[in-house]
Amino acid sequence: MKRWYLTIAIIGCAPAAAFANDWGMGDANSKIPPSSVFNPVSTPAREIDTVAFFVVSITAVIFLIVAGLLAYSIVRFRARPGDDGREPPQVYGSNPIEFAWTTVPVIVVLVLFLTTVRTIYTVQAAARPPDALSVHVIAHQWWWEFRYPGLGIVTANELHVPLSDPESPTPTFLDLESADVAHSFWVPRLAGKTDVIPNRKNSMWIDPQVAGTYLGQCGEYCGTEHAMMLLRVIVEPRADFDRWVTAQKQPPARDASVGHGRQVFESTACVNCHTIRGTAAGGRFGPDLTHLMTRETIGAGVAMNTPDHLRVWVTDPNLIKPGALMPAMNLGDKDLDDLVAYLATLR
Amino acid sequence: MAAASTAIPTAAEAWRETLPRRGRVGILALIITESVFFSIFVVAYIFYLGKSVTGPFPKDVLSPPILNTICLLSSSVTIVLAIRALRAGSIRTFGIWWFITFALGLEFLTGTALEWHRLIYHDSLTIRTNLFGTTYYSLVGLHALHVTVGLLLILLVMVLTMCGYMNDRHVERTDVLSWYWHFVDAVWVVVFLTVYVVGR
Amino acid sequence: MAGSIDHEIALGAADDLQSLPFLGKLHAWVVTVDHKRLGIMYIAGGLFFFLVAGLQAATIRLQLAVPDAGIVPPQVFNRLLTMHGTAMVFLVGMPILTGFFNYLVPLMIGARDLAFPRLNAFGFWLWFFGATLLYFSYIGGDGLYGAGSAPDVGWFAYAPLTELPFSRGNSTDYWILSIFLTSVGTTATAINIITSAFCMRCEGMTLSKMPVLVWLAVVVAFMMLVALPPLSAAQAMLLLDRFLGAHFFDTQAGGSAILWQHFFWIFGHPEVYILVIPAFAFASEIIPVFSRKVIFGYSVMVAASCAIGFISLSVWAHHMFAVGMTPAGNSFFALSTMLVGVPTGIKIFNWLGTIWGGKLRFKVPMLFSLGFLFQFLVAGLTGIMLAVAPFDWQLTDTYFVVAHFHYVLIGAIVFMDFAAIYYWFPKVTGRMLSETLGKWHFWLFLIGFHLTFDTLHFAGLRGMPRRIYTYQPGRGLETLNLVASIGALVQGVAVLILVINVLRSLRSGDPAGNDPWDAWTLEWSTTSPPPEYNFAVPPVVRSRRPLWDLKHPEDPDWKYE
Repeated sequence: MKRWYLTIAIIGCAPAAAFANDWGMGDANSKIPPSSVFNPVSTPAREIDTVAFFVVSITAVIFLIVAGLLAYSIVRFRARPGDDGREPPQVYGSNPIEFAWTTVPVIVVLVLFLTTVRTIYTVQAAARPPDALSVHVIAHQWWWEFRYPGLGIVTANELHVPLSDPESPTPTFLDLESADVAHSFWVPRLAGKTDVIPNRKNSMWIDPQVAGTYLGQCGEYCGTEHAMMLLRVIVEPRADFDRWVTAQKQPPARDASVGHGRQVFESTACVNCHTIRGTAAGGRFGPDLTHLMTRETIGAGVAMNTPDHLRVWVTDPNLIKPGALMPAMNLGDKDLDDLVAYLATLR
Repeated sequence: MAAASTAIPTAAEAWRETLPRRGRVGILALIITESVFFSIFVVAYIFYLGKSVTGPFPKDVLSPPILNTICLLSSSVTIVLAIRALRAGSIRTFGIWWFITFALGLEFLTGTALEWHRLIYHDSLTIRTNLFGTTYYSLVGLHALHVTVGLLLILLVMVLTMCGYMNDRHVERTDVLSWYWHFVDAVWVVVFLTVYVVGR
Repeated sequence: MAGSIDHEIALGAADDLQSLPFLGKLHAWVVTVDHKRLGIMYIAGGLFFFLVAGLQAATIRLQLAVPDAGIVPPQVFNRLLTMHGTAMVFLVGMPILTGFFNYLVPLMIGARDLAFPRLNAFGFWLWFFGATLLYFSYIGGDGLYGAGSAPDVGWFAYAPLTELPFSRGNSTDYWILSIFLTSVGTTATAINIITSAFCMRCEGMTLSKMPVLVWLAVVVAFMMLVALPPLSAAQAMLLLDRFLGAHFFDTQAGGSAILWQHFFWIFGHPEVYILVIPAFAFASEIIPVFSRKVIFGYSVMVAASCAIGFISLSVWAHHMFAVGMTPAGNSFFALSTMLVGVPTGIKIFNWLGTIWGGKLRFKVPMLFSLGFLFQFLVAGLTGIMLAVAPFDWQLTDTYFVVAHFHYVLIGAIVFMDFAAIYYWFPKVTGRMLSETLGKWHFWLFLIGFHLTFDTLHFAGLRGMPRRIYTYQPGRGLETLNLVASIGALVQGVAVLILVINVLRSLRSGDPAGNDPWDAWTLEWSTTSPPPEYNFAVPPVVRSRRPLWDLKHPEDPDWKYE
């Protein structure tokens, strides 16, 4: 009877999966290892991994002992078929046994607690070096704003940080604020999650020691598109990171061939929400688009950043991310083409 | 199974005497839960002290309602006197003390209403003005709501008295009601200290 | 010891009801103040919403079986998860435990009814109205510009997502009002249970001779008195924010989102103990009977339960380890959370001690109880993992936590609810449930449960947060989610078997007699079903197991207690 339902379930899902568009993210994500908490590359995540291994080991031992005793007793003390029906000896309790199996757990708790406290302080009370890179993270419904106050750059959704050398660490400190509701910044391989709550300043730090891209996402239910408020952290060696910073500081190259597209952008409501440095657009409600094309994804990780996807997004973001707060722009085809062509020059 | 011979009436009655009375346990349980409910509003009040972004602020507009407090706390005394009279069977004395209790409670409510009128129309403090307004009106209002409920019940008993239905068989239930009233007064002590002493 | 009565008299009472027309019967149920009828209505209501919220869960799992499934849009999904969670806690867990305590407490203490029968009825109808109101939100939540529907803010409704700017329409208001009402109803029941246990015990039943179930009912009732008001207060504050412009959780005006979280979890954590302690109560009655042994360490069981109740009031912020509390704050709550595991573990050991040296009979109630023991052990251990605050920084708000609490809610609570149904159905209806169907139900449900929730632990460890309407392919989550969804289907089939079992047995189950399980507490001394007045002559007891004393006059309990 089970197989019936199983078959129906798979058949039912297959067409839906075939028609559902992953906007190129499936391929892109497959190139990145899964965001496992047991595969840390940064000190906070490593500390957590260590204490996690410790507690899982302890609980595994407890499980084996207790479950083993349970399993044994179920087999050993079952009523046999030829049983005489007499009641077994009634044992009301035993003070020594009760004492023993109270004391041992208390000792286990004590040991576990002390280890836990050490890790809490190592991660939370870490000193903030005066020269550490600071990123001001502002969480919005449903995207991430990254401002580098020391460097004067603003970007969105994809966080670039420099590689940290374990011998002489160069951590990045994130100062977390929310523009609306409660969110949570979570990139499992780099650190535990820290909530981002309006009217409250939280901080966390990472010092990734292996270059690469790390995936994360918002970890606190924040409304309709909570599921698609994704994070990409790109860890680069110092030289590459500095190059990225320099490029981000420049205003985008002015390409005369997309002048009409820029005009469309500057004369439509786009400027109310978005900033493009070097133009009249200074809105802060939506992501900074100055160097849009240096990002791998759009819509906070919901689609690969290609002109085709951009076109769909600008037509109506709800086609990719239903419930997104950006409205459909209702542009004519020519305006739309030119606008996308303009956006494609923002590197 | 034959009826056990130990179930003679005297033993059963003796056993029942060892058990507490339902009304008392019930009202105590209610008081426990209501105390926790009030505590949350007190915690919110204290948490938000000094956090209002704009005025008016407590020390600008609050003046301790001494008369109201004296009346309310005295009503706890008068209600005890009323119960004592009822227990002794003197319905008339009971009625008088009961009426005084009601009047004192009514004075408290009226005084609170007057204070709120001044705060709203003179000092422009409403529940939506700032955090102080929010926590003040909700805490004092919650208490006033409980006073109102108490007064309605006291009024009911008063009407029953005036119609001649009350007698000394109702002592237990009236006493349970008085416990509720004492609770309301005790809460006022906490609210008064929080709002008008600590909070200013 | 007296208690059993003439069978015909009991049937006579039932005959009167049979002769009434349908409306007459309906009227009798609607106006009843009899704790047994109200208990049945609570349980029936809870089981109804179990099916409804279960279907919502099935839809959730269908959507998550594959990435980007597109079965429901995100707005609908978010309502599903909110309603599933809210309904399962308040419209399933709470009424079922309330119903069983309602039914059993007076019988087990040899009383005629609870202390305040009319308050009991009032509490039930408040619950009923609140439950209807919650689901009515699908129709009535429309608000301004059709902005509302059922609530979609998650079952813990964090601020400021629930404030007006982010929650337009009336959906959140339905959440607030419906739960507020059910909570008032539950408080009424709590007052009733405490008063009954203290004031209505039969002769000879001192507090130390009450069955463990009654003790635990008292602990649960006290916890309800203390844990429900913070939620109701916070909800009242939210209502003031939404309707009168107050600023309790309005972060723009200096209000605090964290304050909501504190208030909610001061309720929320004891709430889950309120839900699970009845499972302990059932286990403490059922396991001894099917092991043929007295419960091991009665006093310790009672003391441990009181300790759990008490300590559980101090652990709430382990739901908030990630909000940025100080290291000292995190340490305190890590410690209290680990400590509450000690009395909990002791209880598991005591049940093990009860089984040890017994003669186990594997009837369906015992099968579910054994499942409970293993699963509650695992749930407790993953709870210890979560108590390690830094590990929680990774695991909180992920499918690891979802798996952990479903291990408690289903693996412990639902399993024991099923056990209790199979155990007490004969007493309530006078008929036995089918053992064969029961075994099918048990094994299918066990398999489905483990398929789903064992795998979801790993989804969390791989970075899958909770409350997401879909996940992207290529994240390593596809297989885990597909397996979990298949498990959900299997569980659904198992529950269907239970429904069939109940409906068939109501009509044509074997007659149960007074005491089909050879048990020892007072409810088994009267007929099945009991007459309206429970006991013709109030019982007199001398030990914790009155019927053991009757059946074993040469070796009564009161010599050893």
